[in-house]
Order: sequence, then C-alpha cells, then structure tokens
Amino acid sequence: MTAPKTLYDKIWNDHVVHEAEDGTCLLYIDRHLVHEVTSPQAFEGLRMAGRTVRAPEKTIAVPDHNVPTTLDRAKGIDNEESRIQVEALDKNAKDFGIHYYPVSDVRQGIVHIVGPEQGWTLPGMTVVCGDSHTATHGAFGALAHGIGTSEVEHVLATQTLIQKKSKNMKVEITGKLRPGVTAKDITLSVIGETGTAGGTGYVIEYCGEAIRDLSMEGRMTVCNMAIEGGARAGLIAPDEKTFEYCKGRPHAPKGAEWEAAVAYWKTLFTDEGAHFDKVITIKGEDIAPVVTWGTSPEDVLPITSTVPSADDFSGGKVDAAKRSLEYMGLTSGQKLTDIEIDTVFIGSCTNGRIEDLRAAAEILKGKKIKDGLRAMIVPGSGLVRAQAEEEGLADIFKEAGFEWRLAGCSMCLAMNPDQLTPGERCAATSNRNFEGRQGRGGRTHLMSPAMAAAAAITGRLTDVREMM
Amino acid sequence: MDKFETFSGVAAPMPLVNIDTDMIIPKQFLKTIKRSGLGVHAFDEMRYDDDGNEIPDFVLNQAAYREASILIAGDNFGCGSSREHAPWALSDFGIKVVVSTSFADIFFNNCFKNGMLPIVLPQEQVDLLMKDAEKGANARVEINLEDQTITSSDGDVIQFDIDPFRKHCLLNGLDDIGLTLEKAASIDSFEAKAGAARPWA
Ligand code: SF4
Repeated sequence: MTAPKTLYDKIWNDHVVHEAEDGTCLLYIDRHLVHEVTSPQAFEGLRMAGRTVRAPEKTIAVPDHNVPTTLDRAKGIDNEESRIQVEALDKNAKDFGIHYYPVSDVRQGIVHIVGPEQGWTLPGMTVVCGDSHTATHGAFGALAHGIGTSEVEHVLATQTLIQKKSKNMKVEITGKLRPGVTAKDITLSVIGETGTAGGTGYVIEYCGEAIRDLSMEGRMTVCNMAIEGGARAGLIAPDEKTFEYCKGRPHAPKGAEWEAAVAYWKTLFTDEGAHFDKVITIKGEDIAPVVTWGTSPEDVLPITSTVPSADDFSGGKVDAAKRSLEYMGLTSGQKLTDIEIDTVFIGSCTNGRIEDLRAAAEILKGKKIKDGLRAMIVPGSGLVRAQAEEEGLADIFKEAGFEWRLAGCSMCLAMNPDQLTPGERCAATSNRNFEGRQGRGGRTHLMSPAMAAAAAITGRLTDVREMM
Repeated sequence: MDKFETFSGVAAPMPLVNIDTDMIIPKQFLKTIKRSGLGVHAFDEMRYDDDGNEIPDFVLNQAAYREASILIAGDNFGCGSSREHAPWALSDFGIKVVVSTSFADIFFNNCFKNGMLPIVLPQEQVDLLMKDAEKGANARVEINLEDQTITSSDGDVIQFDIDPFRKHCLLNGLDDIGLTLEKAASIDSFEAKAGAARPWA
C-alpha cells in the first residue's frame, strides 16, 4: 500500500517531468496565463535567443493592469508607457500565436477572473502566471502560483518550471460562519492569525465545513490571498460545486472527455492520515467581519475593535506598527467604526466576481452613498459586467451613486488613472494595503464587498451587521 | 548572466520588517518593457519626496551607503507581488546580496534568476551584521559564495546555507532555460504520457 498523500502531493506527482538527486524537479505546466506588465521582457528574451513558445495552445494572454476602466476606453490609452505595454502584449500574442482577449473583447478582464470563467482553469492542473495572485486558481484544486518574469520566459520556452516541493500546511475552518461573515473575512482572519510570513515555504490546503459551504467565487477569494500569508499556493479539493462551475465553460472538456475528467478529478483529495507539516484550525463561528488598520495584510481586526498601539506588538513589528499608524493617520484607541473614509473601491481579483457584486448590491439596494464620497465598482471581467447589468445590479449601484466601470485591475494597484491622492482614505475590497499601493500616500482599509458597501453609505468604516 | 564572484562591499542596514515589493519598486515603474534602468527608482517612495528631492534620512541617500552592494534587512523581505522589477531595480542600483531572517518565496526565486544572492540567517547573526552595517562605509563585508561565508568588518565569519543547484548556477552564470532545454526529450515523453492520461489538460 502506498503512503497516504495530500492533495498537493497528488497534483505534484502527476506533473514531475524530471527529478534531480537533490530534489530539484522539472514540473510540467498545464496552463500559462500572461498579462502585459510582467511579460514584455520574457517575450523579448525569447526573441533574442531565437526561441519559440513551446505550447501556445496552453498559453492565454489578457491585458488588465494598465487598461482604463472608464466608459470611453475605446478611444485608447492616454499614458504612453501603459499604451506601449498593452500594444506589446497585442503584438506578442499575435506573433507567438497564443490565445488572446484584447481590450475590445467582452471577455477581457482580470486574468485570474478570465481564466476560470473561460474554463482554462480546471482541477488537478498546474497553473502559473507572472502574478502573485495566481493563487486564486487553487480554488479549483489546481496547483497555481505566481512566478517572476524570468520564469515566465522559462515556461514560454519549455512549458516547465524548475521547482522544489513545498511543505504541506492545512488550514481548517470548522463549522458555520455567522451572518455577515464572508470568504474575505475568512482569508483576512487567517492572515491575521498566521502573519504575512506564516505560510512561507508551504502550500496551504483550506478545508473544513465553512470552506465546503463556500461557493466557487468565495473559494477563489480565500485562495487569492494565500500569497498574502506567504504561501506558495492555496488549494481547495474539488467537489460537485467545482464540477458544476466548470461544466459547459468554453474550454472545459465535453462529452466522454468530460466524464473521464470528472472521474480523475474525484481522486483529487487528501487521503485519510496524510501528513501535514503545519496545521491551523479556526472555528467558523469565531470569525467576525474584519478590516485592516495598517499597511500589511496581517494588520487585521474585527470591525468592533479599536486601533492598536505600537506597544501591543513585539520585535521588529513595533517599528512597523508605529510607521503604519503614522502612514495611516490613525490614533491608537480610536474606534475602527469612527474612521471616516473618502473613497470606496469594489473590485479586483479578490472580490470582482458576480457574487461579490450581488453582496454589495444587497446592502446598497434603495440606498445612497454618503455625500461627497468617491465610489466605484469595477467588475472583474466584461462578462461579470454584462451579467450584473442583466441582473439589475448595475442600476442599484448607479442609483446609489457609484461609478459603474469597465473591467480591469483599476484601483487595486493604480497603474491606470484610478488612483488615490496623498492622504485619501479608501475602503477597498482588494488584497493589499501596502504603502502607496493604491496611489502615493493613499490609505487603504481592506474588507469584504458587503462591508465596503456599508462604508459607502455611512462614510466611515461600518459593521455591516447593523445594516442587515 | 554574469558569474557570481567573491567580493567585499558596503552593507546598508534596513531593519524594517515586511519590506514589500511596492516599497522596493512602486507600480508606476512597472510600465517599462525593459529590464534595465530601474536602479534610480529603487525604494522610490522612501527615497524621494513629492518633488523628487532625496529624503536625507533614507539609508541609501546617506553618503556612507550610496555605494552599498549588500542589504541587511528585517524579516520577510520582498513580500507582495511577483514583479521581477524588484530584483532588477536592486541589481541596477548595485545590490548583489540581501541578508534577512526570511524572504518572500517569489522574490527569493527571482533573485537567483538575476545573479543575486539572497541569504537567510538566524536572527542573532542578522543582528550582528545589522550592527556591523550601521558602522557605515568603512565596514566592508565580504561575501564568498564558493565557501558560503560572510565575513564581517570585524572578521567574524558566518556560514550560510544555499541550495546546491542554485549555487552551481550562480557561480557559473548559467541560464536555466538552456539547462532545461537539454531535457527536451523528457518533456516530450511526459507530454505524450500526460496527453493520453489527461487529454483535456
Ligand atoms: S486585481 Fe490587483 S491583485 Fe489582482 S491581478 Fe490585478 S493588480 Fe493584481
């Protein structure tokens, strides 16, 4: 009998092309996603070395970071460097014959939303992208992680990656979540518990009843932020919900191939008794709606708390906390719900899917945002946008006073004109609250879409449970 | 890639924990389609004020550290995005080695692809090197990859670990892609086998 294996072990084993004596492996890559920011130098490298893309049919490109999200974007990109970067991707996709969703295509969107939506991401696959939030695709039970540009070039040329195996970590969320608590609160709370380096060297498998209960959208939100906990990847074992989501997608298998795929996918779970190097268990009922107060995703607190003081920390974190409090313009002891905001951003690969928009609309229905507030909703893809319009969500947002944008990364990292100004405070559904992330001097509080919607109405950080 | 040779250089202290890739190279500089020229923008928001003037307090703006080739950093250096612009910017500035108690995974990988050496050491040894770095430009630290040693300005010798394959590539300036393409036959046979077992992939 073979030793019991984790889900990660199984996917890994099925993709090893070659293993050296020291354990360095050549791992086969099933899907390579490409965006405009981290790829130009990789394609340039191929050209310089006279190399081609080994498997163009497994390579998918879409521009997302630099694209304008205003309604007039058909007129082109004003910023010259951004335009050049997007044009470079247009050209590279064409020259090397890879699947491409240009800005003008309704299927364009954030790469991590487009991949699953089009059925490129499937259980048991290895998926990489020159982008740290590739972890998102782990929600399908795919081994998915971010790589640097040199590795992008390596995958383009060889369809493989040189890798050493990570350790196994289990994060179990037991029982049920309380009302008002979402996938975003789970993933932030886990990082609050482990710290941003807690997952370094590990691949995390998320499991437990609260994870099983999540929709595919919610599972993607959880896995998306595995990287914020330092992990190489996050994984969730595929189940009927996963198969249901994949079925019928443009690039999912059909007919007999579908049956064979499902049969294989059903073998993708962690065996009874398999070994994990680290285990974290959190009770679902202990998770509250949370927000971040500082400039690291680990700076997480329940919305009912107060701003901490640097003295609450130890070691190197004391100075970091001092710096964060100053940067964020907060006073320790202040109630989180007394923090006033200037801007609300709902979108990103963490929370830019249809279910996220539904959750925001649920809170915003028939309400208006606080006077003077800047608020925008940026759907994660053109198809999410179309569906939200069909379901009447777009009207709710517009009536409430939100700007209803076109798809892209937008104010998640502010590479396009959607930026915070110095000191501007934002309730954001994205994944990073780093200094300057949303614009130089901008102040970011991370939270769920429902919490961001609630904040839009009151103009301050708000406990969404008071509005339910 | 250039071969990684033994050298001695100035080490700059950056004790802050969780120095993320947005700090190392903010996104406005990710719009380049080249690898070079990012050094002047390294640590942009910590290094320059809103008008583009240098902030005198920032370590790399101080006379003693302008020529630094080694960074001694706080925990979890390089966390955040996968942008290889972070090591490109550091390398273009002249940094060849970063020492910390821990690194973010992708940043750590990216360093090796660019001939840079990230070194993980226990807290006490990082503390020792941090103190040494605080002495300024006269305190030159030697890095010897062959022997896997760091020699402080006081002559303390610290041994470090490194993956043998990565060491071999750095020392010989080897290109990963070239090495992998030598295994093309294994990739072909893997594709044939996997294509039969999982035709949908
Ligand atoms: S939405 Fe934000 S985190 Fe996601 S891919 Fe775009 S920039 Fe990165």
